[in-house]
Amino acid sequence: MTVQNSLRQQPDERGHFGAFGGRYVAETLMPLILDLEREYRAAKTDPAFRDEFEYLLKHYVGRPSPLWFAERLTNELGGAKIYLKREDLNHTGAHKINNCIGQILLAKRMGKTRVIAETGAGQHGVATATVAALFGLPCTIFMGAVDVARQQPNVFRMKLLGAEVVAVESGAKTLKDAMNEALRHWVANVHDTFYIIGTVAGPHPYPELVRDFQSVIGTEARAQILEAEGRLPDMLIAPVGGGSNAIGLFHPFLDDADVEIVGVEAAGEGLDKKHAASLAGGSPGVLHGNKTYLLQDEDGQITEAHSISAGLDYPGIGPEHAWLHDIGRVRYVPVTDDEALASFQRLCKLEGIIPALESAHAIAAAERIAPTLGKDKIIIVNLSGRGDKDIFTVAEALGVKL
Amino acid sequence: MSGRLSATFAGTRAEGRAALVTFVTGGDPSPADTGAVLDALVAGGADVIELGMPFTDPMADGPAIQRANLRALGVGTTTADILGIAAAFRARHPQVPLVLMGYANPMLRRGADWFAAAAKDAGVDGVIAVDLPPEEDGELGPALRAAGLHFIRLATPTTDAARLPAVLDGASGFLYYVSVAGITGLQQAAQGSIEDAVGRLKAATDLPVAVGFGVRTPEQAAAIGRVADGVVVGSAIVDIVAQHGAAAAPHVKDYVAGLAAALATAREKAA
Repeated sequence: MTVQNSLRQQPDERGHFGAFGGRYVAETLMPLILDLEREYRAAKTDPAFRDEFEYLLKHYVGRPSPLWFAERLTNELGGAKIYLKREDLNHTGAHKINNCIGQILLAKRMGKTRVIAETGAGQHGVATATVAALFGLPCTIFMGAVDVARQQPNVFRMKLLGAEVVAVESGAKTLKDAMNEALRHWVANVHDTFYIIGTVAGPHPYPELVRDFQSVIGTEARAQILEAEGRLPDMLIAPVGGGSNAIGLFHPFLDDADVEIVGVEAAGEGLDKKHAASLAGGSPGVLHGNKTYLLQDEDGQITEAHSISAGLDYPGIGPEHAWLHDIGRVRYVPVTDDEALASFQRLCKLEGIIPALESAHAIAAAERIAPTLGKDKIIIVNLSGRGDKDIFTVAEALGVKL
Repeated sequence: MSGRLSATFAGTRAEGRAALVTFVTGGDPSPADTGAVLDALVAGGADVIELGMPFTDPMADGPAIQRANLRALGVGTTTADILGIAAAFRARHPQVPLVLMGYANPMLRRGADWFAAAAKDAGVDGVIAVDLPPEEDGELGPALRAAGLHFIRLATPTTDAARLPAVLDGASGFLYYVSVAGITGLQQAAQGSIEDAVGRLKAATDLPVAVGFGVRTPEQAAAIGRVADGVVVGSAIVDIVAQHGAAAAPHVKDYVAGLAAALATAREKAA
């Protein structure tokens, strides 16, 4: 049944979410992007594709992920009940794997014989290397040279999984440059290569298909909260870098007008200093194949993002978030490095869960909001990943030598 | 619509040769030095000038032009500088076609209408936006056409017969054939594949067809010049600028003169 005025029917047939999204790519890639779109449309309505995706999510990833009532955190804050959607318990330790499973099935369906991906901190790179190993496909991961130097454990993980890791020396040598380099490599290898993009950005249909694969988060959370509480939550909170875990949680609730939705951007050292908050501190522009909010100067040159959380350290944001921000359906709030660090430690001690620094941003927002709401209110926070990968960063920030 | 491009291609056709289209990145090695490099291109025999607008994230470019972009931005090159370089070039060279080439974001930053008007005022004839395929030219395309500027489209080895009409719809000035599926400055396409592609494109459009990507030597330029209406050379010139910096102009002129000489006689030699 088609829902009138639904917020869940974006993008349009040309990949636009309101004024955002689209396919801003070199002509060489256009035929391939159009192919991918056709193949995705066919896969979407193919029960066999859906069955294989769900089988792998259940038996390989370990879904459904639990919805955990964080009772000690709730009591500490003294307001709304806080539930945590435990994406940290997935295989490879974060939500990233949901999308990689979907995309590698598409790659196989399209007859592609190798996969590539970009990665920042290495989480998406590890998830991609994982599914490539599972399907026996050669895999090349592009990672900024700066990130390679500071994320050695993940580089080693990718290599153990059989991937080739290319240290990208161009530009600022971080995530956006890794994505540039992956796009350059793809242009030169379109015939046999599938590009597994790690977030809800890039040219259409990527923002749509990544969202669809990640929507399993919100679909499960919806059923789980109905079972636990007999009603929908009052609020959802999720961290937003590119925004794939957030849109995955949000999308199944967009038409539930009574559910307030909050996305959390990384405010880094503060919005007046170095940060990664594209909505709070950026403006619309075109990068990496889509139109969205970007950190940029007055000439449209992209500026460097900063967050203590490498997964949020990106100067753009998925186009659907840009649209949800503009129409006011989702409220985006900033959380600084220091706030995230404090919440990281609090969650460790109160719930026995070491959260990813990305997820700690969402916890920080929940800690700010929950006390202002009544005890009869319910908040679901997306605990998008586990924090094992971040212990070195946190130790350094706390002045601890490991 | 600006007439310099069509006049130039008509002229080179009458002379029985391909037009030499040359690219350099604006602001490399500095905004103050770019004018001398552009003059060297003209003095060496270039027929059409592509002035690159530097961008932090040049996704379709190979290492040579990536580094040129970073050099230009590193010395503080702004959009205003590029437009100033264009305007000064136009004052010195009233007849030489000048095309701005770059990425969508710097062009759209202040609005498509602003950019089209500013480019027009600077004496620019056309614009190539690498990451604006026909599907996304709804802003810049109409703005450029309203200002009387050409929106130059790109065709590639992956542009098949089904897609070609969409690429040609709204194309003007010339058609830029990107001869390799890849980034600028690295591989060169097989001559046979270029000849096939040019034949296919010329059967579908009356626009001049210029071929680029990976062209470095006078011999390569001559081979392409036998079949195409224009030959585009970029990375090789950018490399010379990188090597010689502010003293690059005479070296650029000599190199371009070698290409121009090869194109001048290419078709006689083939006949």
